Amino acid sequence: MVAALKTSFRKKFPKPQYIYDEHGKKIGKLAKRTKRLNRSTGGTVVLFIFMGLLAVFMGFPLFLTVSNALKPLDELFLFPPQIVVRNPTLSNFSDLFVSMQATWVPFSRYAVNTLIITLGGTLGHLMFASSAAYALAKVELPGRKMMFSMVVLSLMFAAVVTSIPNFIIISSLGLIDTYWAIILPAFSAPLGLYLMKQFMEQIPDSLVESARIDGASEYRIYWSIVMPNVKPAWLTLIILQFQGLWATTGGIFIRSEELKPLSFAMGQIAGGGIARAGESAAVMFLMMIIPVTFFIIAQSQMIETLTTSGMKD
Amino acid sequence: MKRTRQGYTLLAPYFILFFAFTVLPVLMAIALSFTSFNMLQPPQFVGWENYIRLFLENEVFMIALQNTLIFAVVTGPLSYVLCFGLAWIINEMRPKLRAVMTVIFYAPSISGNVFFIWGFFLSGDRYGLVNGFLLRWGLETDPINFFRDPDYILPLLLLVQLWLSLGVGFLAFIAGLQTVDKSMYEAAAVDGIQNRWQELWFITLPSMKPQLMFGAVMQITTSFNVAEISTTLAGLPSVNYAGETIVTHMMDFGWIRFEMGFASAIATILFIMMITTNKTVQHLLRRVGT
Repeated sequence: MVAALKTSFRKKFPKPQYIYDEHGKKIGKLAKRTKRLNRSTGGTVVLFIFMGLLAVFMGFPLFLTVSNALKPLDELFLFPPQIVVRNPTLSNFSDLFVSMQATWVPFSRYAVNTLIITLGGTLGHLMFASSAAYALAKVELPGRKMMFSMVVLSLMFAAVVTSIPNFIIISSLGLIDTYWAIILPAFSAPLGLYLMKQFMEQIPDSLVESARIDGASEYRIYWSIVMPNVKPAWLTLIILQFQGLWATTGGIFIRSEELKPLSFAMGQIAGGGIARAGESAAVMFLMMIIPVTFFIIAQSQMIETLTTSGMKD
Repeated sequence: MKRTRQGYTLLAPYFILFFAFTVLPVLMAIALSFTSFNMLQPPQFVGWENYIRLFLENEVFMIALQNTLIFAVVTGPLSYVLCFGLAWIINEMRPKLRAVMTVIFYAPSISGNVFFIWGFFLSGDRYGLVNGFLLRWGLETDPINFFRDPDYILPLLLLVQLWLSLGVGFLAFIAGLQTVDKSMYEAAAVDGIQNRWQELWFITLPSMKPQLMFGAVMQITTSFNVAEISTTLAGLPSVNYAGETIVTHMMDFGWIRFEMGFASAIATILFIMMITTNKTVQHLLRRVGT
């Protein structure tokens, strides 16, 4: 709130910007920015109260997840319930690690399954989608417009539409109950290809053309010229795909308990009632913190990638 | 010639899988919707029977259809406007605050199944936060079993869906706003733009139309696809089917009753609904700022 008011104050009365030389000495002053239309102060206050409330609505469940994970078991069942933890402890996490040794399928097994599925599915997707994106964006291929518009069309319906035939296809390939049942379809996720292709479009054609004149093969141009220039898009693809796969429960595609991923196990623990409430809070925290941390690291690159995400007619 | 071959080689791995797991399944779903198929015996052609059953004999489908449309009409536009509005406000903050706000708003949609927490603080006993406070303040005498009471299920699921809905579209809007050419605002101020609403309508929105269209696709597809929060929080089937959506209905027939033909008919209807809505909205968005 205070910061918000400060921002609006700074907007009205911008700090002078100085120009520094290489020793950090002021050598000049930048011209004041041109005046822009401003909100009224009242409008700003209303807007920021609205923002604050929304931030609380969005942030509260996240905060509660963190707070619950740190609560000792007796605090989870206080009446009246407490929002903020009083005596933070890591005992839920240690309980989790103890009970993960004792269960029929060890907890570490679920973690390994999730690791294999997310790493495999993410890397494969990155390779397949970026090579196809390069061909669509930079190689004159008959039919490439049609192929791309099919990918765009597939963004317009959810994958759940195809889940029944997919089940039939995957089972006829004999892949039910293997990691491949999740990983292989994930390779061809449309969003990644779409974003990668749009991002590659902004690489100047002249760069690609001059490499062609030098005799480089398309493979080489893709791998050593275009790919190093689209790192923000890599990161975006990795993050988006990782999030999707991280949350997968395996559903009907993976039936054996020992191949189920972490988020399935989390569902079981969370449904385990009072006895496992502490562990459940700890797992929820772990499930949340990993994708969020990745996003915090990659935020600016992701936004850079999405500047090119627009759909043109 | 050589380059064309190399180009297709680069395309091949992705598109073979894309055909196998996206294009072919869509065609199969449409074909199967005209059959009776239980995975054990070969599919039998039954004409329009599945559709007739769906619309005339299956009352739960009507509930599912209605709920799905409620999600589409309520959370779809609301989350879209919210995505844009928040991105617009966030865009004017200082970079550090902007980064923090972006994380808070985007985090729910990426945190996997952390919407579980809603089941926790809305739990039906007195240890649930909401019930706990309502009891303590004397606003209720017995805890409300939120996700088991048909009156509460749908509104709460709408709320959870809204909470989850600031996804890629939101980030695309933040990105889009950063690409708007600043000098256009100055030029417009000279040309007689009076207030920030005009600025928004005549400059900001038209300059980021491509992102607006991309964001719309993302939000529409998500808002038609509500299933997991319903089955996780309210159960499958939910009490009185209060949380039933087209997707959960399809899962019920596909994965529980193994009526694949019937489930495919549901999938086909969902497919048509999503594509039609997306195409219509794209058409409308093209007229923004004109």
